[in-house]
Amino acid sequence: MQPTFSSSRILLPVRPWFIFLSLIAAVLFNFLPTAHWPGMPDWVALVLCFWSVREFRRVGMGWAFVLGLLMDVADGSVLGQHCFAYVLLAYVSASLSRRLLWFPLVQQALQVMPLLIATQLIQALMRLAVGADFPGWGYFIGPFIATLLWIPATFILLLPQYQPVEQDPDRPI
Amino acid sequence: MAGIDHAPPPFFKRGPAPLALLTFYIAVSLAIFVVDLRFKSLDLLRQSIALLIDPVQRVAQTPGSLVDYAANYLQGMKSLQNENSELKHAQLNTAPNLQRLIQLEAENERLRKLLAVKEREKANGQVAQILYTARDPFSRKVIVDKGQQSGIVAGQPAIDESGVVGQVTRVFPFSAEITLITDKDQAVPVQIVRSGQRSVVFGLGNGQLELRYMPANADVQVGDILVTSGLDGIYLAGFPVAQVINIERDSAYSFARIFCVPVAGVENFGELMVLDPRQTLPPPPPESVGRGSDSGDKTGLRPKKKRAAKAN
Repeated sequence: MQPTFSSSRILLPVRPWFIFLSLIAAVLFNFLPTAHWPGMPDWVALVLCFWSVREFRRVGMGWAFVLGLLMDVADGSVLGQHCFAYVLLAYVSASLSRRLLWFPLVQQALQVMPLLIATQLIQALMRLAVGADFPGWGYFIGPFIATLLWIPATFILLLPQYQPVEQDPDRPI
Repeated sequence: MAGIDHAPPPFFKRGPAPLALLTFYIAVSLAIFVVDLRFKSLDLLRQSIALLIDPVQRVAQTPGSLVDYAANYLQGMKSLQNENSELKHAQLNTAPNLQRLIQLEAENERLRKLLAVKEREKANGQVAQILYTARDPFSRKVIVDKGQQSGIVAGQPAIDESGVVGQVTRVFPFSAEITLITDKDQAVPVQIVRSGQRSVVFGLGNGQLELRYMPANADVQVGDILVTSGLDGIYLAGFPVAQVINIERDSAYSFARIFCVPVAGVENFGELMVLDPRQTLPPPPPESVGRGSDSGDKTGLRPKKKRAAKAN
């Protein structure tokens, strides 16, 4: 696979354990006390969206559902709230994957933004529908920060797949 | 949604179609959402997942507590000395009352016995440390470090050094979730100290509480202290809950809008005390027959709805 479809640079195949590790790290990031700061992005949604775009055969709605369940329990929210939003996010990201990867990173981020906002919005709507209070606009800053983080996230999460630009002809591989 | 159809040719093994999977997962999510919200019967699932992620959450909290510890350690000796002298001062101030407390309690007990009134329940409990605030922005809950292993059960009230903080709502093996009294629609039965009037105070979700269903001409003043009335089998009587800060009396409505702030440091981190569950009340009389012979003191505790239903 290539960083984008218009790039000529070929990536190494992804390692499944790295996907697993990155998702666990995202969960850990969400558990940090910093999660209460205003405008903190939902790391799980970001990483899940990334892998759904990149590797929708490996990370799909099943992962989204399980991660959603974990986040629901950890947050103390109603079970199924994160599940619903994450499953939809994974599905739409996977459907957009073929188109998204033709664009340079900044434009990718712009197209991912509505998905991340929708993830947050769906959760808010689900809770408002059953009688919770509006949590304030600060709740919706997170997705915008996450959009900005799409570019560094792409760089970091693809890091193990890059191969050296100058190949040594003496080395067999 | 055409992109996802670029799947391998059908002679390779492939799972169900994405749309079918999506429908399945959405249906399951919505089902557990409704079941969890309405029937509250997914506690076992919640507890097992909580057991799984509990170590991860504790690891994630470590950096924060390390920073706290370091800050405490580096705190100047001067401020510690100040705090120490203030505490000594406060202790001396409360000493006259505290020293006579034992004697007062004994006297109270004796007088209650003379009057043939039931003895006051003693408040015992265990100290718990607040681990973190639940991340859910729609509710106000904290997680403490005592759980089923320490014998915590759902429904126990929690207090801090100045008043009621909340109530245990969910119990996990090694932690428990406490819903704060400021959570939306969290209700605490209270009594106004000055007038002795009983009511129920509800959380508003924005850090304040509201005293609802008080008539517009009710005897409530700004500054009134509300304490638990003990009429619910959960909170013992007499713990400070809130202070009235604002009253809106509008003659267009039959009820006054009375806003209060919690007395306890409800939204602060720290330690709190989870009080033991109250001694079991006498069993409620059977629902169907024999209600007519109830004495007045018991029926006063029941919601009015039931009495209305019985009248029909």
